[in-house]
Amino acid sequence: MDQTKQKILMGNEAIGRGVVEAGCTLTASYPGTPASEILASVVNFSRETEIKMHIEWSVNEKVAYEVALANSYTGKRSAVAMKQVGLNVASDPFMRSAYLGVKGGFVVIVADDPGPHSSQTEQDSRLFALSAKIPVFDPASPREAKEMVRKAFELSEKYEIPVMLRSTTRICHARQNVPCLPPERLERTADFEKDPGRWVATPQFLYDLHHRLNDKIDKILEEEDFSPLLIPGDGSLSKYCIISSGVAFAHTCDLLEDMKFSGKIDLFQVTMPYPLNKKFIRKINSGYKKILVIEETYPVIEMQLTNPEINGRNSKLIPNQGELTPDIIQDVLKKFLELPLEAGASPEQIKGKRPTLCPGCPHRAAFYAIKETFPEGIFPSDIGCYTLGMNLGAVDTCHCMGACISQGAGFYHAYAQDNGKFPTIAVTIGDSTFFHAGIPGLINAVFQKARFIVVILDNSTTAMTGNQPTPEVGIMADGTRGTPVLIPDLVKACGVRFLKECDPYDLETFTSYLKEADQYCRSEDGGVAVIISKHPCVLDKEAMKAQPVYSMRITEDCTGCEYCLNNFECPALVSDSDGERVIIDQNICIGCGVCQHVCPVGAIIAEGGGKK
Amino acid sequence: MKQQIIVSGIGGQGVLFLTRLFAQAAVEEGLDVLTSETHGMAMRGGTVVSHLKVGPFKSPLIRMGQCDVGLFINASNLDIYRNFIRPGGRSFVNTDISGEYYNIDATGLAKECGSLLVTNLVLLGYAVKEGNLFCDEGVMETIIRKSSQPDRIEMNLKGFKAGVSRN
Ligand code: SF4
Ligand code: SF4
Repeated sequence: MDQTKQKILMGNEAIGRGVVEAGCTLTASYPGTPASEILASVVNFSRETEIKMHIEWSVNEKVAYEVALANSYTGKRSAVAMKQVGLNVASDPFMRSAYLGVKGGFVVIVADDPGPHSSQTEQDSRLFALSAKIPVFDPASPREAKEMVRKAFELSEKYEIPVMLRSTTRICHARQNVPCLPPERLERTADFEKDPGRWVATPQFLYDLHHRLNDKIDKILEEEDFSPLLIPGDGSLSKYCIISSGVAFAHTCDLLEDMKFSGKIDLFQVTMPYPLNKKFIRKINSGYKKILVIEETYPVIEMQLTNPEINGRNSKLIPNQGELTPDIIQDVLKKFLELPLEAGASPEQIKGKRPTLCPGCPHRAAFYAIKETFPEGIFPSDIGCYTLGMNLGAVDTCHCMGACISQGAGFYHAYAQDNGKFPTIAVTIGDSTFFHAGIPGLINAVFQKARFIVVILDNSTTAMTGNQPTPEVGIMADGTRGTPVLIPDLVKACGVRFLKECDPYDLETFTSYLKEADQYCRSEDGGVAVIISKHPCVLDKEAMKAQPVYSMRITEDCTGCEYCLNNFECPALVSDSDGERVIIDQNICIGCGVCQHVCPVGAIIAEGGGKK
Repeated sequence: MKQQIIVSGIGGQGVLFLTRLFAQAAVEEGLDVLTSETHGMAMRGGTVVSHLKVGPFKSPLIRMGQCDVGLFINASNLDIYRNFIRPGGRSFVNTDISGEYYNIDATGLAKECGSLLVTNLVLLGYAVKEGNLFCDEGVMETIIRKSSQPDRIEMNLKGFKAGVSRN
């Protein structure tokens, strides 16, 4: 096929394409919205263009970072992709890699989530880059993102420094027609040059390495190729300028055009927000009287301009939280340009239908059983589809990947030290999250003699982010077989002495295990009890073929108490039009049959149960 | 040519598929296109919306009061996104209740076609017919053929045509 033609690519696909075109030979990632589609795109395009590359879903971002880093030590190009909070997990190797530097080009792709739409913070990775002293690019469109991947590799190789490509949700999930080029074929072979002063770098070497890092940054901030781009005005507003980066720049361009201001005012696009070009800083501060900086999400450019007169986040012209939508930027521009504001122009927060676990989701059954068995329990949980267990009253905390197990231990110690009595603490964690960061917490909890229940919701996939395989399934990113690592083996190896496995669809057995687990926690030499709740995700089409399908109906006995709606919340159970009884929406019911055990008067009937 | 379109529904109704069809159609017509999509948690049955901008735009997002055409696979989303539609813009809504919009019982027609999965395509067909869109039926048909999974092409076209021929 013609490889130079235009393709419609999502920002994440464009980035993946860029990675393949740049001749990268190893890409590692951990899924997380809005970054999840990058690795799949690398898989697809490397296959399509017959490029040889090691591509992996690593167990977490720190691991991904380190795997990719070593590939770069051998002189080959490497990329690592994650969401912004993933960089928190990878921050340890990230910070140090700036000092030690790299050999083959090394690009750190981080997707921020201003808003946030699907994250626990709206932190700005550009600020992280600044504190690590790592250059960062900030694309304003999918097309630009792809282009910047190549530039990032080149810059990285020229200065032997990691380079970050910071994207945001609106770029990651925008689609655009993007020109595609054939990949570069660098044909490098692995060649690790030993250099203990650098790759081992004990403290005595770090002063020097830090010095060298500072020199690199000093040179990079003078690179003309990466200095801000000017779209000049016609001089009619000669004391004004607008500086912007990322998708906020794109919004600003369209707005200025609508407001008939494009071509009237000097507009700068900052493509590399850190390190900010020195000449640019001087030019802005000496050449303009009214300066507006529009960037997401923290004032990174603003900070480096060190000019207290700037209009932006510090002056509170721009809100210090939330996404900069075009509607918000419109108000900002009008205030800056002293134009009248339209009444009621600011948009209200849009509230729609809240998300919920899918019909037939095995997590719902597990949550229902937990909540029913321990009405007074404390329920730490974690990040994934199952955070939605909140709707069922079975999720009380959600903090960051893997935190639930450590929090379970913390809750136990807090209560137990008062008078020895403690409530039942039932933690829920997904399989992928368990691999990611749950294991150290579990070892710690066992060792510290905490007593609580951990339910590992094992649906054999990373469902929330698009069903990426976990190490237990043993399928690698490219679809070939890896060596499976089994959760029960890991749990036992962490020192856990109570372990059960059960399909949560079997509510009765599952409930009896929960009770047993609670007894174990409270027994004389009890400790942490683990139950593996095992049932495939209903989005796994293959697995669903093997599942019995019941035909469901609700009898006249339904009293309309809505117990099932309030406590089980399957989207297929709905109130009938006059609200007197509950009916089953046959269009979305998958016939799992679990709800038959939920109705207190037995009005929900499951029949049949043959396979599809 | 500049056109701004919103497609909205709840997760699982095929909003992304329609968005992709529009984007392909724009490229087929030689036009630049930018879209913005909802991913993540909201796809689990929550409210989702796509923005589509055809023509020389830079920003992937549509502002309030700027959208030319809105497609609402889930009728109640009209309340949420109504103020995106510009005065004189057209909304296509999957409902049998008429109002100040173009309504079509897309779910009912899809059922008649034999698959609820084509509800989105029925609505698309109607919008392509009546929406003054940048692309015509013929182009959209070609794109549906190209973009559907092989075993779904016929059903998708059936749904699309049911929407086009609604009177
Ligand atoms: S089906 Fe059962 S639980 Fe649900 S409303 Fe009717 S009687 Fe209550
Ligand atoms: S059988 Fe019951 S619980 Fe399962 S999908 Fe249908 S309505 Fe929901």
